Amino acid sequence: MTESITVNINGTTYSHDVEPRLLLIHYLREVVGLTGPHIGCETSLCGACTVELNGKAVKSCAVFAIQCDGAKILTIEGMAANGKLHKIQEAFWNEHGLQCGFCTPGMIMITKQILERNANPSEQEIRHGLDGNLCRCTGYQHIVNAVRAAAKAAGA
Amino acid sequence: MATTTITKTEKLVGKRIRRREDPRLITGTATYVDDIKMPGMLYASILRSPHAAAKIRSIDISKAKALKGVHAVFIGEDTKDAGAVPCGASLPGLRVPHHNILAIDRVYLVGHPVAVVVATDRYIARDGVELIEVEYEVENAVADPEKALAPGAHAVHPQWPDNIAFTFHQEGGDVEKAFKEADVIVKQRITSQRLIPNSMETRGVVADWRSADRTMNLYTSTQAPHLVRSLVAQILGLEENRFRVVAPEVGGGFGAKIQTYAEEILLAWISIKLQKPVKWIESRRENFTCTIHGRGHVDFYEIAAKRDGTILGIKLKLIQDLGAYFTILTPGIPTLSVLMMPGLYRTPNISADIVGAFTNCPPTDAYRGAGRPEATHGIERMVDMLAAELKMDPAEIRLKNFVRNEEFPFPTATGLVYDTGDYSAPLKKAMEMAGYDKLRKEQVEARKQGKYMGIGLCAYGEICAFGPSPATPAGGWESCTVKIEPSGQVTVLTGISPHGQGEETTFAQIVGDELGVGIDDVLVLHGDTQLVPYGIGTFGSRSTAVGGTALYYALQDLKATIKKFGEMLLESDDVTFAGGQCTCNKSGKSIGVKGIAAAAYRAMKLPANTGPGLVATHFWEPPNFTFPFGAHLVVTEVNGETGDVVIKRYIAVDDCGNILNPLIVDGQVHGGVAQGIGQALWEQAVYDDNGQLVTGEFMDYTMPRAHMMPWIESAHTITPTPVNPLGVKGVGEAGTIGASPAVVNSVVDALSTLGVRHLDMPLTPEKLWKLIAGRNA
Repeated sequence: MTESITVNINGTTYSHDVEPRLLLIHYLREVVGLTGPHIGCETSLCGACTVELNGKAVKSCAVFAIQCDGAKILTIEGMAANGKLHKIQEAFWNEHGLQCGFCTPGMIMITKQILERNANPSEQEIRHGLDGNLCRCTGYQHIVNAVRAAAKAAGA
Repeated sequence: MATTTITKTEKLVGKRIRRREDPRLITGTATYVDDIKMPGMLYASILRSPHAAAKIRSIDISKAKALKGVHAVFIGEDTKDAGAVPCGASLPGLRVPHHNILAIDRVYLVGHPVAVVVATDRYIARDGVELIEVEYEVENAVADPEKALAPGAHAVHPQWPDNIAFTFHQEGGDVEKAFKEADVIVKQRITSQRLIPNSMETRGVVADWRSADRTMNLYTSTQAPHLVRSLVAQILGLEENRFRVVAPEVGGGFGAKIQTYAEEILLAWISIKLQKPVKWIESRRENFTCTIHGRGHVDFYEIAAKRDGTILGIKLKLIQDLGAYFTILTPGIPTLSVLMMPGLYRTPNISADIVGAFTNCPPTDAYRGAGRPEATHGIERMVDMLAAELKMDPAEIRLKNFVRNEEFPFPTATGLVYDTGDYSAPLKKAMEMAGYDKLRKEQVEARKQGKYMGIGLCAYGEICAFGPSPATPAGGWESCTVKIEPSGQVTVLTGISPHGQGEETTFAQIVGDELGVGIDDVLVLHGDTQLVPYGIGTFGSRSTAVGGTALYYALQDLKATIKKFGEMLLESDDVTFAGGQCTCNKSGKSIGVKGIAAAAYRAMKLPANTGPGLVATHFWEPPNFTFPFGAHLVVTEVNGETGDVVIKRYIAVDDCGNILNPLIVDGQVHGGVAQGIGQALWEQAVYDDNGQLVTGEFMDYTMPRAHMMPWIESAHTITPTPVNPLGVKGVGEAGTIGASPAVVNSVVDALSTLGVRHLDMPLTPEKLWKLIAGRNA
């Protein structure tokens, strides 16, 4: 049994027949071929699979693909435009906000939401904003710096 | 790059340079194992035991086999020809359990692989697993190492009813005499709990067998691709030179990806059986229950000292929870704790006894620090307790006992030779940064107000850059090939296998300085056994100290060849190579690396005894380990109402020798400290009496999240090591090693007004709240 869905992902429209049980993260990775969002837990606890769904950051392992019929999705692959990195990506690079890089696509997507909700967050506000996303490498300090730098770059 | 500048003058080593590896990682275009897709690829899913100890009475795979989309189902009996999971560590009298890649007859831990379903996609493979029916005869289990050693305990392996895998004794000096002469003896039982490494990327394997040319391509999330190649080829009877292992992008390891695992053997075996590429990606639950764990110590310490604080001797009885079977280093890890038990102190007399205990749990093995955090936690807690007993300041007792600068190289009572050090420097620097004397005064005031404020110190030493080959299970050298291409651009092929540590950048910095080329003209490749020379891998803070040194010497060989070409082309025997240019010291004429590379490959004319091309390979054997050190100072306040520990200040002063890239070193320190704080305050693999993992998901296993971490004030002292020409010692594990004793010492100090002298980790709010409520009652 499959259902037909149409989704706009990173500005491109896709139509697919999907099983109702197919998770959005598997749809993105296996069906559409966007392997930027990662699977760290499949239980919505680590945030490595974070994407933007209709303007809100979601954990794509906790959403079914069929729930996204008609939706607009942005993944890490859609962040850079015209060969130019997004300011958040630049900030993560400049501030060494990543080591193994596995959590990074999710961290960048959640940072986008943190800054959209609060253009000039304090350290504590940044830390609370990042709380749904686990990183085992950085101890978060350089990620906090990256979010601050991205905020500064956006304000500049 | 379209335009390249092959020469440059600015020194790269020592600069905060952003990483070369990041563009692919921040754009989502890096390739991790789960991103690999092949035509006709099948997916494997593994049925695992829900019981910690049981006999398998029967397995019915018929329903799973009948499911549409399932290609095959295999059980233990099918894989009897596939050999067992390898252990590299050897100790006298060691009992090594035979661990089949799928269980046969018995299971001895929750998560023990029982059957594997191979299907067209991962959903169907998991459906197939659900359809397998296994009848178990459940037995009592034992999940605690002290209980395992008690008489009458369940035997994890029936042939060894005492659950003892090995005993090990080491001594140096005359510890009995030291204890007789002591004015004071302090004793304490100290545990280092079981921890779960939890790299954000779980393990994963794609195996692709090509029968026509007898070639295996194995893509696996590993820290040691050559080791996997040698071992799996041997286990399956395949040809090593046709066995390619690729560690693609690897999403963290922390020691848990050094091992060669059952699934790597199993997937290769399936691919041969089915003649198809097969993928297996570990679920997080599997990662919690089936990948190695770390720590698992119960230590009984005794420390003997004179009244003035001089430490005379240390005794240790160490029970290591080994788990049910061994992975590559399992039994060797506690021996590292023994080697490092004197810490930074001159202590001439030690004695240690290890008992390795089997439990119905996953194997313990190298988790960030691997034996050294346990040793450091032990000695640094004992020194604090000794200071309290003698009413000395914890800084004073440390400064009194440190190995002195003029004593290096310093032979320890455990048989090591500490390379170099200035052990008081980081402690003094940390105290200065903290304003130690002022903090102690603030503490007096805080206590008057009923606050639980603590100041904790840790002066840690570690053993890194593994290591001289005689002291490591699979060789401890490292390799590197450097090629200057005809264009003058440089390709580095290194035997290490970084997965977040940034050597694509630091190695390019070294090349840039040695050859005088721009960093953009250097490409560092790793992790593909068909591409790079045989290497040992990335672990034990060895990559830059050992792998970087192999690179350095390969570059010296290349520079000698460049000079020969320079002499020929400049028609002079008085030529200097510097800043990317060969210059004739008489005529002043010069030629750059680019021109020399073109000439070396065009080979119209060659220098005497020199072939065409510009390639050098160097295998480097380190003469000793390196011994980084440092001091961490932590200020805490314990909330008496909730038991919460608030870290007010975290100061880390680390001496890792020369620093190639301060940005990367900071990152390593921060990440290490986070894992050490995690151990001190929250993390623990909790098993119930039936051997069930209670903390088996991120919901229950408290890994630090962003808001839980303090701001880390990081600083350094620099004492270059004489062990390698770069003067680097390694920094990957320093933070983890320094953090747990500093935090626990701080919390114990905070609660010392309640009569607390020791607390075992993790210092959860529940534990501290109960303690405070109880003492205040």
